[in-house]
Amino acid sequence: MSNLSISNVSKLFSTTLAVDDFSLDVADGELVCLLGPSGSGKSTLLRMVGGFEMPSEGSIRIDGEEVVHLPPEERPTGMVFQSHALWTHMNVFNNLAFGLKLRRLPKAQIREKVEAVLELVGLGGYGTRGVTQLSGGQQQRVALARSLVLEPKILLLDEPFASLDQHLRERLREEVRDIQQRLKITTLFVTHGQDEALSMADRIVVMRDGKTEQIDRPDIVYREPRTPFVAGFIGTMNLIEGVVQNGVFSKAGYSTPVPVADGPAVLAIRPEALELTVAGENAQGHVHRVTDYGTHGLVDLVLLDGTRLKAMVSHPDLFATGQGVSLAPKAIAAYRDNVLIHRVALGKETAALRQLVDA
Amino acid sequence: MATIAVAKPRRDWVGIVFALVLTVVIVVPMLVVVTWSVSNVWRFPSVLPQEFGFKFWQMTLARSDVWSALTMSLSLSAVVTALSALICLPAAYAFARMEFPARTLLFFSFLAGQAFPKFGLLVAIAAIFLQLNLIATFWGVVLIQLVGTLLFMIWIPVAAFQAVDRRMEEAARDAGAKPLRVFWSITLPQAAPTIGAAVLLSFVGTFYETEGAWLIGAPQIRTMPVLMISFINNQPVIQYAAVLSVLLWIPSLIALVFTRRVVNSGSFARGFGA
Ligand SMILES: Nc1ncnc2c1ncn2[C@@H]1O[C@H](COP(=O)(O)OP(=O)(O)O)[C@@H](O)[C@H]1O
Ligand SMILES: [Mg+2]
Repeated sequence: MSNLSISNVSKLFSTTLAVDDFSLDVADGELVCLLGPSGSGKSTLLRMVGGFEMPSEGSIRIDGEEVVHLPPEERPTGMVFQSHALWTHMNVFNNLAFGLKLRRLPKAQIREKVEAVLELVGLGGYGTRGVTQLSGGQQQRVALARSLVLEPKILLLDEPFASLDQHLRERLREEVRDIQQRLKITTLFVTHGQDEALSMADRIVVMRDGKTEQIDRPDIVYREPRTPFVAGFIGTMNLIEGVVQNGVFSKAGYSTPVPVADGPAVLAIRPEALELTVAGENAQGHVHRVTDYGTHGLVDLVLLDGTRLKAMVSHPDLFATGQGVSLAPKAIAAYRDNVLIHRVALGKETAALRQLVDA
Repeated sequence: MATIAVAKPRRDWVGIVFALVLTVVIVVPMLVVVTWSVSNVWRFPSVLPQEFGFKFWQMTLARSDVWSALTMSLSLSAVVTALSALICLPAAYAFARMEFPARTLLFFSFLAGQAFPKFGLLVAIAAIFLQLNLIATFWGVVLIQLVGTLLFMIWIPVAAFQAVDRRMEEAARDAGAKPLRVFWSITLPQAAPTIGAAVLLSFVGTFYETEGAWLIGAPQIRTMPVLMISFINNQPVIQYAAVLSVLLWIPSLIALVFTRRVVNSGSFARGFGA
């Protein structure tokens, strides 16, 4: 039973504020992903938990115990590095046994534990291999095993699959998630890939410039992004910058009711929530390109002022380049000053309305 | 299809000339010296010795001053190299890993000894040693030769330590090792091939060091090179010098074999940041 509690942690590197007043509680057995673009302070945060950086401010507690002043070797954390950082002058067995030897375990027990963990990561019998003889994926598995064998209370992973190819990344992602669930180990996972976060995490922390943008379950982060940054960072999102006047948002010939105070606003519409209708005279935009993916189609369209949008359609053959279209979004969200001011699912209501009218 | 260009086996003239020059400058003199060392009689103008034999080898090896010089040289080189490693390796690690004020200044002051004309520096040091009663003592020579090894033993290990992945060290801390343990179990082994080369260079360099050994050590401390100089000066019998030369090559050859292994492994070049 281990939980991690980060409260009001900041880290200042001379002039760079890498992490800015960050707080997060990770529950026992939970896997939390830190997601954000490069330079958003994810690694710095993870390294502070591991003991490799000293926070400028704030507190980090593991099972209620303050660890900020402990060196890495005295913390109950295990870190997996992006570059695997395996010791190339030792074979696989000795890489895994190193920490156990430091803990003065008897030889037989070390052997037993190492073998068991190698089995767990699918590398049973690889103990005598040299580290450099392994493939990238195997090396990353050994690195994971090296941390797991010490049974850390908190497992820390810093973009462990970033150097692997897409296919391998997806497989390892599933394996790590399986192992994590089986061992029920509290885990903090850093990534800049949204699909990695969406597929693995119990909760996602979206970070930007050292600050938290949103902490939520993956499906909520996807469906109800709290800021336009989150909206744009996760999945594909159409962001339209326009103006609200008298409760109507408008942008270059397109307008829709948004019941908020007058002023600038950013409208966010997912491609799969943007329905298109073919239009002639009073078209709000025109089709730039149509891509047919077999199962669905993607229409690139251009508003009258040149703003580019994407819409997912089920019948791409209905649209052709140059054709006039009108927008019928099923769900929109509006943001002002980086804050959500309005969210509505239009699709159901309009559909319901139409049914009433037709009847 | 375009015509397939047939690569004509071209002669690498530069390589051939280079090899020839090397042969003339190094191999021929070496052959001559070896021949001299196994010549009992070789008088002008004969192209080959009149009489081959190991007479002069036996005579040389029978001399006690040769053996004591050899012992002296080996123990000097061993002591100097060990001391140098003891002082320089931690210093090199500090230079490679730690940030402290005047780091660059200190680093270059280590190397500065190599930038001045050696002999002038030696005379100045000799004057100081005279005051300290270090002239003509074993430890006096050790001290002077130690200075000569600083270049290799700082510069190369600094590069070697810098080439060690910091994440490997962090992973060891993570696994529970204290900093000293990390240095011993991770950093040093990772840098070992390159540092081995530095130690070897330092040993061989000390073995052949002549000016310092002569200026500070004479007349009590006689190393192999110093002995050879006195042989040449006092007894113009070429064979003695030839036998000593061949003896002197032995550490070089051993070093060469070892460095070849290190250089081949690629870590030597990596140590230099290649
Ligand atoms: N050791 C350091 N010294 C100075 N600045 C650093 C250091 N480590 C990270 N930074 C800075 O802190 C910010 C966050 O970096 P990092 O935590 O590595 O981001 P991420 O892992 O999200 O890409 C960046 O601007 C980076 O340049
Ligand atoms: Mg990072």
